[in-house]
Amino acid sequence: MCGNEALAEAAILAGCDAYFGYPITPQNEIPAYMSRRMPEEGRVFVQSESELAAINMVFGASATGKRAMTSSSSPGISLMQEGISYLAGAELPAVVVNITRGGPGLGNISPAQSDYFQATRGGGHGDYRTIVLAPSSVQEMVDCMLLAFDLADQYRMTVLVLADGILGQMMEPIVLEKKPSRELPPKDWALTGAKGREQNIIRSLWLGEGVLEKHNNKLKAKYEQVQENEVLCEQYEVDDAEIVVVAYGVTARIVRGAAAKAREEGIKVGWIRPITLWPFPTEQISKVANEFRIFLTVEMSAGQMVEDVKLAVAGKAPVVFYGRPGGSVPTVDELLDKIRQLTLRHEIKI
Amino acid sequence: MKTVFKRTPTLKDCPTHYCPGCGHGTAHRLIAEIIDELGIHDRTIGIAPVGCAVLAYDYFDIDMTEVAHGRAPAVATGMKRTNPDKIIFSYQGDGDLAAIGTGEIIHAAHRGEQITVIFINNAVFGMTGGQMAPTTMLNQVTATTPKGRTRASEGYPLQVSELLALLPGAIYVERCALSTPAQIRKAKKAIKHAFELQTNNAKGLAFVELLCTCPIYWRMTPAESIEWIEKEMTKVFPLGCLKDTK
Ligand SMILES: Cc1ncc(C[n+]2csc(CCOP(=O)(O)OP(=O)(O)O)c2C)c(N)n1
Ligand code: SF4
Ligand SMILES: [Mg+2]
Repeated sequence: MCGNEALAEAAILAGCDAYFGYPITPQNEIPAYMSRRMPEEGRVFVQSESELAAINMVFGASATGKRAMTSSSSPGISLMQEGISYLAGAELPAVVVNITRGGPGLGNISPAQSDYFQATRGGGHGDYRTIVLAPSSVQEMVDCMLLAFDLADQYRMTVLVLADGILGQMMEPIVLEKKPSRELPPKDWALTGAKGREQNIIRSLWLGEGVLEKHNNKLKAKYEQVQENEVLCEQYEVDDAEIVVVAYGVTARIVRGAAAKAREEGIKVGWIRPITLWPFPTEQISKVANEFRIFLTVEMSAGQMVEDVKLAVAGKAPVVFYGRPGGSVPTVDELLDKIRQLTLRHEIKI
Repeated sequence: MKTVFKRTPTLKDCPTHYCPGCGHGTAHRLIAEIIDELGIHDRTIGIAPVGCAVLAYDYFDIDMTEVAHGRAPAVATGMKRTNPDKIIFSYQGDGDLAAIGTGEIIHAAHRGEQITVIFINNAVFGMTGGQMAPTTMLNQVTATTPKGRTRASEGYPLQVSELLALLPGAIYVERCALSTPAQIRKAKKAIKHAFELQTNNAKGLAFVELLCTCPIYWRMTPAESIEWIEKEMTKVFPLGCLKDTK
């Protein structure tokens, strides 16, 4: 089972009622898998005519209280931004998977991390946030999917799972097991037919003076709750580290290898791996930022997450960026070289 | 005394924001009557468009949502596929359905989604100030065709019903006019049929186009508007059932 298929099976395990999607490489295993498995489970699979339609089908299913998801890759996620903005305005839960590829434009189909801005800043219009989960192993693809559906329902938000083509294709042993779910609020807002109750309305239009402001402040308060409670990150050997590498997703695996090699050479390297890209582990990074360390951010992009790292470090330490944009993947040795250079440049004592 | 006209419970007892003589009010009334006559109030979910009818949920007393401009047929697909027992309908204008949402309606019909679509053709974009719609008539003056629509520059009015009737997934397509009382009665029959197909679990999309007045942006009185539908619009948009294959 490759990462994409593991992710799809995890969605089924999470109780996903409906999958809607439009094919695009490198995530085609997901719709193919779902087209077979969802009907087997008596659930819904629809190949939509576009990503615009797919995200709106998700909107429809979600509005009736069902668990719904879609998956795509970068250009398709661009098309979904309109729908994600409406989902945010209407406070509907949704799970959107982006198995990213290189951009801008048609770019290429190689793995990339250049959709970080789009994912964490929201490519759509308006004051809204989406939760962004960034797995770095096939097991974590599974875990993130299970978590994503719960987070979506708990906060009535879109949860983006941001992975890339390497993770999608990778084969690793996994445990597929449903964890005890969080306690979730009842979906008493859902459109199920106004039987014996007042009508339910799902809307993102808020007319009248101050009405939208009130609504957006309500959203803001919800987002702050997410920031407070849902940050996930992993850190390793940061305590004595003179160089702290920050990386997510598949890049973090390469960083792990390079950091281990550097340690063998006596260079004190630790790393921090954000699992939630939004909410970003700002506090975790800020806590360990001081003048005795250098932060190195590694991404498969021309420099996106590094901006959040800089915000977290807030001038307390130098932040250096190393990136490979355009679908290129850095090697362990390449990163090790970069780390060695840093020790020279900044005269870190070994 | 015999009651000949009374409120229908699914239509709320409140004033609407529509202009005097606007066809939307009549269309709402017919749909609400049918929901009540068929006894489907408790399991009907409506989808409002972006257009003058965006606030339709303020008038219909049923579960409803408003969705992105033109995307209602995709939203309806998501609803109906996950809730086959519910009655799902979308209510869409000609900008919503025939311009920005062309892809969604064609493919919902193409897949034969079991939904009911009410298409309000008033030959303009009402909400945004009377600009040209794909259904705007030749020579019709609008905010964006100041000298009148020309075939050479803007093309011929788009006949959506004729287009959809070609698709096997669209099982019922009829065009009616909300003009004279006789026509309105016909329209009610058509809308009722389009809902009944869904309650009877007929396998496909039911579509009713309603020629509707927009006196404000037609620059006419309500009475002139009704006459314009009868005399002019029906020439390009002929009334009648284009298809009924239940
Ligand atoms: C993506 C997007 N583009 C444009 C608009 C602006 N807009 C709102 S309603 C509308 C056209 C409405 O016309 P129609 O569907 O014919 O409805 P009517 O008001 O005539 O009933 C437009 C262009 C929008 N809301 N969203
Ligand atoms: S602008 Fe036209 S369609 Fe809109 S409410 Fe007024 S008459 Fe009706
Ligand atoms: Mg119109």
